[in-house]
Amino acid sequence: MAPPDAKPKEKFVGRSVPRLEDRPLLTGRGRFAADISFPRQLHMRVVRSNFAHGRIRSIDPSAALAKAGVHAVWTAADTADIPPIDFRLTRIECLEPYRQRLFATGTVRYVGEPVAAVFADDPYLAEDAAELVVLDVEELPPLLRADAEPGEFEPGRSTEPAIVRKGYGDIDAAFRSAHAVVEATLSIGRHSAVPIETRGAIARYDAADDMLELHGAAKVPHWNRAQIARMFGRALSSVHLYEGHVGGGFGVRGELYPEDVLVCAAAMRLRRPVKWIEDRREHLIAANHSRQQCHHVRAAVDRDGRILAIEDEIFHDQGAYMRTHAATVPDLTAAMLPGPYRVPAYRADVHIRLTNKTPCGTYRAPGRFESTFVRERLLDAIAARLRLDRIEVRRRNLIALQEMPYARPLDTLGTGIVLDSGDYAGLLDKALAAVEWPRLREKLAQRRAAGELVGAGVALFVEKSGLGPIDEVRISVDEQGTVEVVSGSASVGQGMETVLAQICADALGVDCHRVRVVHGQTNRIERGMGAFASRVTVMTGEATRIAAAALRTKAIEAAAELLQAPAAVLDVVDGEVVRTDSGAGPSIGLAAIARALGRGSKLGAEHPLGLTAEGSFTSNHMNYPYGVHIAVTRVDAETGAVDIERFLIAYDVGKAVNPMLIEGQIVGGCAQGIGGALLEEFLYDERGEPLSVTLADYLMPTAREVPPVQVLIREDAPSPLNPLGLKGAGEGGANAVGAALAAAIDDALGAPNAVTELPITPLRLKRLIGHAGRGERLAAKPQPLDRPDEAR
Amino acid sequence: MSERSDITLTINGHAHAIRVEPRRTLVDAIREDCGQTGTHIGCEHGVCGACTVLVDGEPVRSCLMLAVQADGREIRTVEGLANGDDLNPLQRAFMEHHGLQCGFCTPGFLMLVTGVLEREPDISDDDLVDVLSSNLCRCTGYQSIVKAVRAAAAQMRR
Repeated sequence: MAPPDAKPKEKFVGRSVPRLEDRPLLTGRGRFAADISFPRQLHMRVVRSNFAHGRIRSIDPSAALAKAGVHAVWTAADTADIPPIDFRLTRIECLEPYRQRLFATGTVRYVGEPVAAVFADDPYLAEDAAELVVLDVEELPPLLRADAEPGEFEPGRSTEPAIVRKGYGDIDAAFRSAHAVVEATLSIGRHSAVPIETRGAIARYDAADDMLELHGAAKVPHWNRAQIARMFGRALSSVHLYEGHVGGGFGVRGELYPEDVLVCAAAMRLRRPVKWIEDRREHLIAANHSRQQCHHVRAAVDRDGRILAIEDEIFHDQGAYMRTHAATVPDLTAAMLPGPYRVPAYRADVHIRLTNKTPCGTYRAPGRFESTFVRERLLDAIAARLRLDRIEVRRRNLIALQEMPYARPLDTLGTGIVLDSGDYAGLLDKALAAVEWPRLREKLAQRRAAGELVGAGVALFVEKSGLGPIDEVRISVDEQGTVEVVSGSASVGQGMETVLAQICADALGVDCHRVRVVHGQTNRIERGMGAFASRVTVMTGEATRIAAAALRTKAIEAAAELLQAPAAVLDVVDGEVVRTDSGAGPSIGLAAIARALGRGSKLGAEHPLGLTAEGSFTSNHMNYPYGVHIAVTRVDAETGAVDIERFLIAYDVGKAVNPMLIEGQIVGGCAQGIGGALLEEFLYDERGEPLSVTLADYLMPTAREVPPVQVLIREDAPSPLNPLGLKGAGEGGANAVGAALAAAIDDALGAPNAVTELPITPLRLKRLIGHAGRGERLAAKPQPLDRPDEAR
Repeated sequence: MSERSDITLTINGHAHAIRVEPRRTLVDAIREDCGQTGTHIGCEHGVCGACTVLVDGEPVRSCLMLAVQADGREIRTVEGLANGDDLNPLQRAFMEHHGLQCGFCTPGFLMLVTGVLEREPDISDDDLVDVLSSNLCRCTGYQSIVKAVRAAAAQMRR
């Protein structure tokens, strides 16, 4: 006999339930941004700067305006009353003057910056007219390197708006007493999410009820709603955002961009719906870039390879403006760099540097893809310097299970870092066992002896997930028995509908296929945090569990009256309230209970109306999943190509709600990591002209380049911060790919510290092979952030 | 540019009489003039393959073909794969093997594979990976797509 407050049986959580989302997507019935249209809509085409830096002399729209079907052409003068787009996260006040306005105002600062917008009856016509807008610019020299001498953003303002400083402990003493100091200069290339769906936004203003709607929303609809309301001075209740299907998010899509605000302004002023769909060239020069950093890092170590201190000076290439993320990526870089290791003293100074390139934001594992590359390169360098085994040096420095929870005197995203749980050494053992590490090493050594360039690399990392502070969920059962979960969360294609339905199903006692999940609709729930930072399963998932448990209690209480039975003997099983103390007896379905609690019914008079409950989950700390990546690569000395023979990812998610979806997240993340490590790079020429403006220049991995990825999902260290023990799974697949591949390539070349720069393109690798072949010692020389002269 | 032609696009067996500019791409005509929005636009320069449809049985990047070139030819799109509510074996395999996440590239992959398996039902695993490498997916890392397609191919051969 189970009392009603007993832990519900897990029928759905933990199982690889096929996704509830799939059917419309497989049949061509999805609703992506470009699929949304309204009668009489206008089409917006943005005219973009083709100069990296310059003073605007004039913008002449007359030829464009003369075309039949063109209704307006706007420039900065038309939107001067609209404030710049504000920060969503990690605000530093001194960054505010560097925020982006809707249009370039007086000065253009990157190729792709909006300078005008054309509104026309037809998208072809809008594009024709945009070509006729004449932009006259007095070109200025562009600043393209973040580690060059800072210049002027505008008179009196440096292109270094802030330095993010984090640290603790006595760094100088540690370096004075060190047995050895290991240094490296390491850089990460500029790349980004590049989802297959470009951005899109469709705004509609209904004067009948003074309502502004924005369709095509993603990621953070509630935050964007509040911003748009504030920017236009409108009541919050007169603005709503609607999320449809989202063709890949990864951090980039759904942040508030100039184009989102422009379609809203135009819909209100031109009194017609306005649709904007980005083209691919625009996406590659206008949507957030990410990752580009140069690190000058050094470690003080004792004679056993134990870390005494790490010091890092980082140049973060932010591009032309500070966008919604403000200092998020620099902040996370500095805060997450120590990773799974004991670092007694630490100092990181991140120079935020503006350059005449596309502005940057977050991309899957922001600040961690970068800092894991740096930290794990450093660990490999320590091993090489002290002639220690790479694995052994890591073991000596890993934070032990007994030290958990481990408070690190750093904070990020407004929360103190407390590594909540983890068996780092245990996971390393499991990962090494899964690849049969000693045998693997032996085989690779044999192949190297036979002349092949093959090697293996290992990288460890700590992720973070479940950013609070709060998530709220409302669950209702209607009179047909359908369960509706209304969340303020968002879907970016990750399968959150299925995950929330599974959690709800177990906590309530229904089949998950009876659960409908609502997300991204600001008219359905007052507040919502959206989908970012691997937070949805943790935060929205736990809020869902709480709401479902409350709903279950309510259903049982009502059923107790209806069945004349004590609540203690009732349980909800497959949507029916049944007695658990006897095999038979009456039962009642949730639909009937919902009817009994309806308006005008007998129970409804005594109980709160309707079978509905709310749940909220508050968390002041993030939790910290962790993982191990192991890569095996073969380098082709002739072509400089890297063949990934094997890739293993071991990842502890605390509790796996749907292992199939977690594996999907990890493998997908790994593929993106491979892109950033080997292929993808936004290059610029010396005038700041972007060279990666098509998918034939910006190379993403295909089915050929991504190897089968072996995934080891572990539940060794459930998070103590939520009852299910959940940790997020969105970013661990990408996190350490650059680090592991760099280590594997070093090993293949037999040249420790060889790889200092991502992506490891064939040309760069050929150069390294040349050095290694001549038996030169490979020094970690400072690398320029950009190499305009360098072809791939 | 403004001189328009009357053409007929036959999509999944239905004839759509439309009037288009010569420069109008097939994908725009399918989506905007015929209302079949299941075919997606990812790059408009023939790299990503999201807009792949079958024209007379051959996989075609519909962003690189003009609508007038498809006049009178048989076009098949993702909307034509299922039989009412019944998913076809390929669609089912994508669901069972988690061959999609955001689903934006999925119609292109489904049509690419449909065309290839109809022509070459016994395609080798290695050739299949080559074929699949002509389209881009940013979510899955491909291995679940490869698994789904292999499973569907095996089932179709039975």
